[in-house]
Amino acid sequence: MEKQFMIIDGNRVELNGEKTVLEVIRKAGIDMPTLCYHPDLSIYGACRLCMFENERGGLDAACSAQPRDGMVIRTNTARLRKYRKNIIELLLANHCVECPTCPKSGSCKLQELAERYDVKTVRFPNTAKLDKVDHSSLSIDRDASKCVLCGKCVRMCNEVQNVGAINYANRGSKMYISTMFDVPISETDCVGCGQCAAVCPVGAITIKQDTAKVWDAIADKGTNVTVQVAPAVRVAIGEQLHMEEGTDVMGKIVAALHQMGVDKVYDTSVSADMTILEETAEFVEHLGKGTGMPLFTSCCPGWIRFAETKYPEIMPYISSCRSPMHMLAEVILEHEKDNGMKNYNIAVMPCTAKKFEAARDEFKHGDQPNVDCVLSTQELIHMIRTSGIDFEHIAPEAVDAPFGQFSGAGVIFGVTGGVTEAVLRRVSTDKSNNAIKDISYCGVRGLEGVKEFQVPFGDGELRIAVVSGLGNAGKLIDKLLAKEVSYDFVEVMACPGGCVNGGGQPVSCDNARTIRIDGLYASDSTNSLKTSDTNPLMDYIYSEFVKGRNHEMLHVHYGKHND
Amino acid sequence: MNQDFDYGVIDVILEKCGCDEQMAVTILQEVQAHFGYLPKEVFPYLAKKLRSSEAKLYGVATFYENFSLEPKGQYVIRVCDGTACHVRHSTDVLNRIRKELELKDDKITTEDSKFTVEIVSCLGACGLSPVMTVNGKVYPSMTPDKASEIINSIKEGTYNAEA
Repeated sequence: MEKQFMIIDGNRVELNGEKTVLEVIRKAGIDMPTLCYHPDLSIYGACRLCMFENERGGLDAACSAQPRDGMVIRTNTARLRKYRKNIIELLLANHCVECPTCPKSGSCKLQELAERYDVKTVRFPNTAKLDKVDHSSLSIDRDASKCVLCGKCVRMCNEVQNVGAINYANRGSKMYISTMFDVPISETDCVGCGQCAAVCPVGAITIKQDTAKVWDAIADKGTNVTVQVAPAVRVAIGEQLHMEEGTDVMGKIVAALHQMGVDKVYDTSVSADMTILEETAEFVEHLGKGTGMPLFTSCCPGWIRFAETKYPEIMPYISSCRSPMHMLAEVILEHEKDNGMKNYNIAVMPCTAKKFEAARDEFKHGDQPNVDCVLSTQELIHMIRTSGIDFEHIAPEAVDAPFGQFSGAGVIFGVTGGVTEAVLRRVSTDKSNNAIKDISYCGVRGLEGVKEFQVPFGDGELRIAVVSGLGNAGKLIDKLLAKEVSYDFVEVMACPGGCVNGGGQPVSCDNARTIRIDGLYASDSTNSLKTSDTNPLMDYIYSEFVKGRNHEMLHVHYGKHND
Repeated sequence: MNQDFDYGVIDVILEKCGCDEQMAVTILQEVQAHFGYLPKEVFPYLAKKLRSSEAKLYGVATFYENFSLEPKGQYVIRVCDGTACHVRHSTDVLNRIRKELELKDDKITTEDSKFTVEIVSCLGACGLSPVMTVNGKVYPSMTPDKASEIINSIKEGTYNAEA
């Protein structure tokens, strides 16, 4: 077939099957402004910032126009700049412009666009309504006065996650994003995955900030502050701190936390190994029962909440294993119980739903939660900035003993398919390096939302599905319940791509997911321990701290509702 | 789920219209026809049955002016404010009615639940403008005084819908 071209701002650009003019424009290296466009979501065409001008002077939105061979367009004419500036002015006129104190300041798209298009004054009176703020969720905050109605949160919540906690209400100038009857978001089916906050271009949906509590704990001399850091955090933090995206900077995170005044820093990858030992044992037992249903993974709190609200009938088939965060928290508490100090247990997670999980009644000793505070990756970055630490040049330090040694199987928990791969390594009878490498080619890796494959096991085979994104999970469960498919093991992660793309992670370049995933796989490759059962720390933890209380410390029965 | 609420009515409607999210508007119309408004209880129930979300159905219900989330009064008065009625002073009629019933833009039903006053964009009877309806009965060529008369007759119990 003959090559097809478009002319963009006088330059010839080849068409390569792009679905929208916007994709072609961006491919040509032009940073076309958008507020409502997101590659993972349906086209909405509301913000009108990505308008281009055709040869006849007609205007069209690039996000919703199809590219054609021979199209000649301009993206930066005087008329377009004037229109864009006007749109930004109108948005600002209906926006709570308290930028310096906004949690989104510095990463706000509207702030950036106002600067880019030289909006120095707003000609219209400000009509922002300041009374619609919702702090009810433990994971996210909503402030309607900062909403630009781009609808990304609605599309994320409905199209990708299929949770449907929020939607548009009213219409025209009265439209706003709402829950049913404006109830607080905590009273809806919201699972706290934070994907709405991740796609929100402004400060209308932001991650709940808990850093103040942590600073207080650090400042208190009588408090022993422990921090555990999840696998996905170490490959997502660098880009925001002048380093390369995807590099494993765990050593620097440890050093930074020590410098801030944290007493002990541990690695959640350790308890990921514990999770594998517990979950594999449970899986083998589950296979023997012949329930006709798969065993679902239980590491992801967004998924647990989704199952509880939408598919309560499958709760009995979800692994009883606590998430790695809670397993490690139990063991840390056991380790620190006789130190004579007040203990403050912090978890740094790529996740906003973990904030809710930490507060669940199931994980409390009396009134005391196991994990006192969950910080998202974004909040950790913020704390490092507050501390004035030169992250780029800080010398890496080792994770504190005794919870520092982990296997490669533990660290890949942060990737969709990671838990499954770790389980497969554990059940594999051949533990040679080649056999372990072969497992990575069975279909478990990759960014697809649903991965289905079989692996040989004993005399037969295991039927496995790996799902990321709750919308995909819902569809899979529907098929399972309709008996159209059947599996032995199903891994579910609420966020598309797994924890590397969690709601608590900083928003970075478009291919951040791939880069972060590669980073975690690289950490696995350079780890001499490949399977969880070869981690020598496991024996120590089980004999010193767990002492046969596996069920009490490492498992959970969901059902004691907070509400 | 609210135990006191009669979900059987909804089931009958769903039986008739089909359990399909695409039928949401029709279903909501039927629900409103039965209750006179859309009770809060129906949203979670319908969301489950239609495999939709509460927030989405709420969005549909608030998008269309015709759906009401609050119970309406015994007498629903609709004053047309379409172009033809507007230029023939329908605003005066509306203002008089609102004044008599102590109603406003954002308060459309009286305390005693006797009257609800709504503005509609066109009743399709432009030749009779300005027009208003009381529970569906059309009153042509309205004036503020004629409107007062009708309201007073309702208040005094002498109103005759057949006349």
